[in-house]
Amino acid sequence: MVVSEKLDAFFTEKMPQYPTKRSFLVPMCLYTQDELGYLSDEAVAYLAQKTELTQLEVRNVISYYSMLRTKPVGKYNIQVCTNICCMLRGADQLFEHCEKKLGIGHKGTTPDGKFSLEEVECIGACSWAPAIQVNYDFHENLNPQKMDKVLEQYRSKG
Amino acid sequence: MADLVQHNDEIRIVSSRFGKGAASIEKYIALDGYKALEKALKMQPDEIVNEVKTSNLRGRGGAGFPTGMKWSFVPKTANKPKYVLVNGDESEPGTCKDRLILEHDPHAVIEGVLIAGLAVGSRTGYIYIRGEYRYLVDIMRKALDEARAKGYVGKNIMGSGIDFEVYWHTGAGAYEVGEESALMESLEGKRGIPRIRPPFPAVVGLWGGPTVINNVETLASVPHIMLMGGQKFADYGPPKNGGTRLFCLSGHVNKPGVYELPLGYPLKKMIYDVGGGIPNGKKLKAVVPGGSSTFILTAEEADQMNMDFDSFAKRGEFLGSGGVVVLDEDTCMVEFALRVMKFYQHESCGWCIPCREGTDWLKKTLTRFHAGGGVNKDIDNIKYLAQNMLGRTFCPLGDAAAIPTMSIVDKFRKEFEEHLEGKPCPYKMSVPEPAFA
Repeated sequence: MVVSEKLDAFFTEKMPQYPTKRSFLVPMCLYTQDELGYLSDEAVAYLAQKTELTQLEVRNVISYYSMLRTKPVGKYNIQVCTNICCMLRGADQLFEHCEKKLGIGHKGTTPDGKFSLEEVECIGACSWAPAIQVNYDFHENLNPQKMDKVLEQYRSKG
Repeated sequence: MADLVQHNDEIRIVSSRFGKGAASIEKYIALDGYKALEKALKMQPDEIVNEVKTSNLRGRGGAGFPTGMKWSFVPKTANKPKYVLVNGDESEPGTCKDRLILEHDPHAVIEGVLIAGLAVGSRTGYIYIRGEYRYLVDIMRKALDEARAKGYVGKNIMGSGIDFEVYWHTGAGAYEVGEESALMESLEGKRGIPRIRPPFPAVVGLWGGPTVINNVETLASVPHIMLMGGQKFADYGPPKNGGTRLFCLSGHVNKPGVYELPLGYPLKKMIYDVGGGIPNGKKLKAVVPGGSSTFILTAEEADQMNMDFDSFAKRGEFLGSGGVVVLDEDTCMVEFALRVMKFYQHESCGWCIPCREGTDWLKKTLTRFHAGGGVNKDIDNIKYLAQNMLGRTFCPLGDAAAIPTMSIVDKFRKEFEEHLEGKPCPYKMSVPEPAFA
């Protein structure tokens, strides 16, 4: 199987909570991506078979949602919010700082596969701006110095 | 996670359990949790609806529609199951309040779903949380498991003979899914393309069944209303604008944060007293009163405004989602308009042509304009493009993009003129130091 047995069992348990088989598809895509890093062709085939949809229908859903991706990213995906509230508190400077520090641009990945960088829209941290998410973890009230510490923390994590 | 703040003018109702560990069910119960459900189980559905009508509670997602009235649109009998759907797809720029409710008081949302279900005759609820809020999905999953174990959710809730299921669900990144019909599409496992209305969700919603869709804060208010009584809640705000609201202060203020204040609270006081004023003694230039899709206010207008739905409606404007974004004198309004449009262009699903084309052309024009490549006729053209999106799309995303753009052109035309024909942008945005350690 493409995903772990545990994840497959989790989907099997959740799906009957809805009247149609495809209803849980969006979370299924996200949780599958969490496990595999991205939605590979094999993952799409698995999701289609599980929800009794065509692969095209599954791809049609994937392409709508900004968090879903069909290509791998770095182990730590640095998502810098540059929307209005973060912009007003220096998000553009923070993003440029990340570009320089990591040597990559928007949607780029470092050669060692450790970091990816992405400019994202509002992540709901407006009162604690500027903010980023590293994978699912929020880091808030940042400036370039604090950003360096965050990057260092992930770098040393291995 | 997110830092909590406080101010003496706050009236803590929805936020009364913030920071008290109420995500755990024992603590929630100790703090009057599930007492409102117990009360509602003894009431007739109409009595619950009437209590909420009395409270003058209006939708906290942004539209401000009276909640009790929304519930009363659900037909009493239906051939298909009825549903309660919680909109936790908080993504309106400037808005970060549902995040705190889901983090600190998830059971209040569950209890709100149960009461709403009893009121409209639904026995199934779904709590949809945006994909980026994964830690909140995990908190909600645990809360639902605990509620089930204690008999508040599932078979025979509180020994009433009523079976009521409440499930969690998550999105995967899409602003548009915060719109109710797109939200339903997403929950059904599809692209979040809006549906045409009528029929409205109260009649034909999820899987064709009548569906009540409420914002997280709206439903988290309901248990408090049931316990204190609708009239008491109503009395906190001005007429027809019941209760308090979580206002998310952000941008150029010294003390940003989420504050619970009565509706009708003066905006000036909110910025200078609650928010501690503007960093480095700068002057106010503009305020976004309720998320990026609302009409922008000039400093003079902001001085006069009270933060309730009707004060804004009188001007033909909107109070919006509670996201109050403060802009100081150094902010470039053209750059601000561009950033707002960049967002809507990114989020437009492309289903309706005026929105798909309008946001894209506006982004291109504003980008060129801000870079100094603008000519005089661009200014009217920007407004014209925005006007032509307004009211011409299935969902309000087109309006949300048009409204700030039109109002920025109208109210800050001088700044556009300053950028004309090769002149470099004369503004250097201030970047205050982070407000929290």
